[in-house]
Amino acid sequence: MIVADTRPAVVHQSVDFEDGLLLDCGVRLRTLTVAYRTYGRLNKDRSNAVLVCHALTGDQYVAETHPLTGKPGWWEAVVGPGRPLDTGRFFVIAANVLGGCMGSTGPLSPRDEVPGDGTTGDRAEPARRLPWGTDFPPVTIRDMVRAQKRLIEHLGITRLFAVLGGSMGGMQVLEWAALYPGSVFAAVPIAAAAYHSAQNIAFHEVGRQAIFADPDWQGGRYWEHGTVPARGLAVARMAAHITYLSEQALTRKFGRRLRSGQSLTLFDDLFEVESYLRHQGSTFVGRFDANSYLSITRAMDFFDLAAEYGGDLADAFTGSRTRFCVISFSSDWLFPTAQSRAVARALNRAAANVSFVEVESDKGHDAFLLDEPAFHRTLSGFLSGSAAAAGF
Amino acid sequence: MKAEFPATPPGGIRYVAKNLRLDLRLIAGMIASGSRVLDIGCGDGTLIAHLTRERGCDARGIEIDMSAVAEAVARGLAVMHGDADVDLAQYPDQAFDYVVLSRTLQAVARPREVLRQMLRIGARAVVSFPNFGHWLVRWQLLSRGRMPVTPTWDRPWYETPNTHPCTIRDFFALCIAEGYTVEAWLAADQAGSRAPWRRSRRFANLFGEQGLFVLRRASSLTGEEAVGTLAA
Repeated sequence: MIVADTRPAVVHQSVDFEDGLLLDCGVRLRTLTVAYRTYGRLNKDRSNAVLVCHALTGDQYVAETHPLTGKPGWWEAVVGPGRPLDTGRFFVIAANVLGGCMGSTGPLSPRDEVPGDGTTGDRAEPARRLPWGTDFPPVTIRDMVRAQKRLIEHLGITRLFAVLGGSMGGMQVLEWAALYPGSVFAAVPIAAAAYHSAQNIAFHEVGRQAIFADPDWQGGRYWEHGTVPARGLAVARMAAHITYLSEQALTRKFGRRLRSGQSLTLFDDLFEVESYLRHQGSTFVGRFDANSYLSITRAMDFFDLAAEYGGDLADAFTGSRTRFCVISFSSDWLFPTAQSRAVARALNRAAANVSFVEVESDKGHDAFLLDEPAFHRTLSGFLSGSAAAAGF
Repeated sequence: MKAEFPATPPGGIRYVAKNLRLDLRLIAGMIASGSRVLDIGCGDGTLIAHLTRERGCDARGIEIDMSAVAEAVARGLAVMHGDADVDLAQYPDQAFDYVVLSRTLQAVARPREVLRQMLRIGARAVVSFPNFGHWLVRWQLLSRGRMPVTPTWDRPWYETPNTHPCTIRDFFALCIAEGYTVEAWLAADQAGSRAPWRRSRRFANLFGEQGLFVLRRASSLTGEEAVGTLAA
């Protein structure tokens, strides 16, 4: 048996689609697995389903203890009983994205068998097949959404009451609304954009180069050597983490405080902010796969919704009956308000029903994950108003 | 600095019509039930809440004050942060049955352009504005030689947002120049009670504290042609 995953074994709830999925790159995945979790109850007429789309390093464990880290779910501030996305009222679905490493098809999955291809073991059992690794076909945000659509259909839901997500999750929300307008009653892209900017791509490239530069990455086939590119992946996470916080938030949390002593040292753990970032990097390695990080960052970089519709973003939403609530945060410099405003304006050009709010916050891009009462009030009000319009 | 809002009960606040500001009630009375409405400068969304919940309208709003936007969205209303001078250009032609501009025309940077945009994106424009021709305004300027300060024009000249005050007669003249048909109009006092000077524009202009107009585009005629037609 080939063990590609060095993390503790966890069985994820999932569904297999034997007819696979045709990807934007032209490759057809022979089988598609979508790992998911649900919270709350689907009502009798199946009208209260809400899909939560996760960000780059998120997963389907939205509102429960994470099986690997033991920490609370990443959106427990928003999803749960009495929360803005009230699980007493809504049936909440969250899926691990295509290309992810928490049970959905991704670089860790056994590669599709290719008849006559000696390297992969002709018709071998999945457990005896090599993982995809860096041979995993490039996936797009649209591919992720198509995979989620299969899950939604499998659950017997034809129309989602709402699709929500922050950051890359917000990209999926926009893609959902554009690709399946009839299946989305309300859409909430949060701290997102309709395309990944040059600056966004540049930061991702720094992360990828850190992984490539780690000798333990072994050209992407680290499982063959019993290693993981821990240093590279940790540096990628550290660089990315800076972009998720605002300068004010870093100053408030750490300032220039020293961790120990006053002596001037060259390499010792000196500033508190350094210690924090190292901790973020090293814990990340314990729960995430490096090739998956490469795959998903690439999917984000490729995202340009307007380009999918001939260059004008408004054309992605022509005739849309979906109610949109576009939300940004004032101190988010990774997905700044201007990007959300551009989405809102495009929706106006398409005569769509759109609310647009910039939430005042000093917490940067990560604000959508944190305790932000003004954000939660906005979300809760929008969902209530939409539920009234949907008739439940 | 965080905006503070009153706690919203689950399910949102159900709007009570009797609390509708009088001038907003006058505007609501000019809008057909079930129509598509855009309220420019909608504040916390009082009018669109009324139109949505009591009149079955598809009512949306634009507001420049972010804390008012957040409050409106938290009440379940379709409101976006935006600036009338910039954002109206984003909407497609004839996307709405009514476009409402309540007591804001005098404060936008380009009133004529905003009106043009309103009648491009909507079949009808509903416009209210404070009347600078009111007798008290005239009297203060005449008797004291100083900029008037009245309950309606209540800010000193150096900090008023009202950069484009006009009178009811000025507005009629602009409608002719732009080729707009005035479908309905009235003058009202500050609270929005209908004023009794409906039959005479001159009296309305003297005693009305605000004017309320429903406009539509007369035809494809340009402003100059429309004036010519009326003159002939």
